[in-house]
Amino acid sequence: MPFKRFVEIGRVALVNYGEDYGKLVVIVDVIDQNRALVDSPDMVRSQMNFKRLSLTDIKIDIKRVPKKKALVAAMEAADVKGKWEKSSWGRKLIVQKRRASLNDFDRFKLMIAKIKKAGVVRQELAKLKKEIAS
Amino acid sequence: MAPKQKTRNPELIPGVRKVSRSQMYHKRGLWAIKAKNGGKFPVHAKQETLAAVEEKPPKFYPADDIKKPLSNKRTAKPTKLRASVTPGTVLIILTGRFKGKRVVFLKQLTSGLLLVTGPYKVNGVPLRRVNQTYVIGTSTKVDISGVDVSKFDDKYFGKKVEKKKKKGETEFFEADKQEKNTLPAEKKDDQKAVDALLLKALEAVPDLKAYLGARFSLKAGTKPHELVF
Repeated sequence: MPFKRFVEIGRVALVNYGEDYGKLVVIVDVIDQNRALVDSPDMVRSQMNFKRLSLTDIKIDIKRVPKKKALVAAMEAADVKGKWEKSSWGRKLIVQKRRASLNDFDRFKLMIAKIKKAGVVRQELAKLKKEIAS
Repeated sequence: MAPKQKTRNPELIPGVRKVSRSQMYHKRGLWAIKAKNGGKFPVHAKQETLAAVEEKPPKFYPADDIKKPLSNKRTAKPTKLRASVTPGTVLIILTGRFKGKRVVFLKQLTSGLLLVTGPYKVNGVPLRRVNQTYVIGTSTKVDISGVDVSKFDDKYFGKKVEKKKKKGETEFFEADKQEKNTLPAEKKDDQKAVDALLLKALEAVPDLKAYLGARFSLKAGTKPHELVF
């Protein structure tokens, strides 16, 4: 089981602790054994400890410490946002956010929908069982 | 600030002033005032003192001195409504007979209590007063612009005071029991009038009627502090 996600310039990571929790950032330089210089289109370039980052599969093609414009252009070219939202990890996070923001009425409607779906499934199952039995 | 007043008689050391008594008499010009008034100081004419009213001594003195309570001129304001509670909001009642019921908020009464209705047909909650502190305001709103709630106030919901009858005991109890159990027809009609318009507004939104008919409860795994209402 070799490592597949490396800390390198251009590696996209998810912040898992602190003020920028939940943001996608790009590793733009490595400061020392524990810290990286990290940047994102909507934040000021800053240092972050590796412990605060969760590496993703996505990597973009940039030179060491690019200018903000170059970084944004590279991210657009690689379609980081699109890839992230299609990945299973990204999709899970979106679903979690949606579930957390549900209203009391929404939760009620969800419950009704689940019951209906379960009813339909159970009916089909009953039909199939009947066929097998006969 | 007014310019510093000139002191005619400065204090040189605490207790010792610069100018003597006779020199001050001259400095203040009291000699000139006397001269103007013909050798005497001008005096105000004596004011007529009103004749003192004859106060009779009180007939009764209390045994102990009673302390007079401090005066309190504060007036109470109606309770401030939370931002989430506006007319037409669906509320969740937390205590009492109707705990867990989802209910439509109509208006705040002058006492500060919230006027609320089920509607009665949907979940059995009649026109009722409810305290804001025992209620969760959800973000679901119902359109109550057509509903007229101006006739309802705290008096409408107050207990009816019955005239005391001095009759035989057994007769008294029987008559009372029969009267208290039924709700007057007028209140039933009020309920129907308010609910009729409300039900139309409810039916416009899918599932809303079923939502109001169901009770709220916490399920396993739900964290109330993380729930968005």
